[in-house]
Amino acid sequence: MKILYAFFVCLFLVSFTNAQERFLTKKGMISFFSETPIENIEAQNNQVLSIVDASSGKMAIAILMKSFMFKKALMQEHFNENYVESDKYPKATFKGDIIDFDNITTSEITLAIKGNLTIHGKTKEITIEAVTKKTDEVIEMTGNFFINLSDFDVKIPSVVKNNISEKIKVSFRLYHKTYKK
Amino acid sequence: MKKIFLTAFLILASLQLSSQDLLDILELEAPVTENIVSATFKGTRIVNGHSIKNRKDSELEFIISHRFGRVNTGFEELFGLDQANIRFAFEYGLSDNLTAGIGRSSFEKTYDGYLKYSLLKQKTGANSFPFAVSLFGSIAAKSQKAIAGNERTLAESLFYVGQVLIAKKVNSSFSIQVTPTYVHRNLATTDADPHDIFALGVGSRIKLSKRVSLNAEYYQQFQKLESINTRNSLAFGIDIESGGHVFQIILSNTITMVEKSFITETTGNFFGGDIHLGFNLSRTF
Repeated sequence: MKILYAFFVCLFLVSFTNAQERFLTKKGMISFFSETPIENIEAQNNQVLSIVDASSGKMAIAILMKSFMFKKALMQEHFNENYVESDKYPKATFKGDIIDFDNITTSEITLAIKGNLTIHGKTKEITIEAVTKKTDEVIEMTGNFFINLSDFDVKIPSVVKNNISEKIKVSFRLYHKTYKK
Repeated sequence: MKKIFLTAFLILASLQLSSQDLLDILELEAPVTENIVSATFKGTRIVNGHSIKNRKDSELEFIISHRFGRVNTGFEELFGLDQANIRFAFEYGLSDNLTAGIGRSSFEKTYDGYLKYSLLKQKTGANSFPFAVSLFGSIAAKSQKAIAGNERTLAESLFYVGQVLIAKKVNSSFSIQVTPTYVHRNLATTDADPHDIFALGVGSRIKLSKRVSLNAEYYQQFQKLESINTRNSLAFGIDIESGGHVFQIILSNTITMVEKSFITETTGNFFGGDIHLGFNLSRTF
């Protein structure tokens, strides 16, 4: 009987420590950049939610599309209304695994992250690289990668074909802190 | 034994909690954000009348509008295309909530200026609010020379319009606006003509595709000019959007584009074929 108790206590402790090894940010930064000879379009979102589970190396990101800020208000309206259809698909999400997460140290190293990116209701598996470092309180991740608009069924009307790049550069800076419930 | 089961259950439950999906945790942690409903209408006009849409801060828009003659004038007049009322206008966002505009119509050589202020915004999420309210005021000045003996002073050439625009985006493809309107004319042509006319406008937008919508608008007058046989203004429009442009194709029973004119001076019978083809072309800088 005592063994059974001990077992459950251990289980409880494990679950407790697990919960403590999560790192979260509500103010992550994700920006994107479209470059064409005619014009450059960029937008930045400073309210990105991201979480890393240090015990498993899993991570998840949630991005509210309406929180992307553009220089021109009209562009922002078009982005939400016509391109990513934010009323229908309010969020973009990413869920994946940080490969070789155990190698993370207090100095910067580049790690690969593999997972599923969902934008505009379409999901694609991607592998990206991030410069990462970890202290007891903080997990920092920065990097950039490219996405193709066609992978996410975001259509560019022919009249603005020369204004919007098919390849979009996405940059991120996520500064996770210890997450306490 | 019971105790053990209870503990086991609690611990398993807590384990369950700890292994919950990371995205679900983000869902829980997401702050409730205030979300201002945008794109209730795409143009600053529903068809002829103003919508709650404002120009954004420092945004300048140039608008060229045409209203051709009546379609039922037949082939000789090329279904009205031989005759046209043209209006040029600039609209500028003094702030995100205040837009100013000036325009000049060839019909009666009318100059007009307006201010539109967004008082309340429709919001979802935190601080949600079910509809949007804007205030609109315009002055129009008729500059066409009067026939000898009927000369007007400047004051007698002025018209004032005040409107409260109340709009709701019901869902992403349907918006509606109700527009109580007051029109004052300094000079009435005959004693029987009222100086003040109240009207109620109703307009709506139905999205047909991502960039195309069908708009309709009707203004019911509660007083009418007696010197001319006026009718209520009825108009339909198609909005086509492409990048920085909104192109509106219009069918209406009025040739004018200034509030005081199309609300109180419309004479066409839409269902009798007195239909004016028109368009609004805008370019945002």
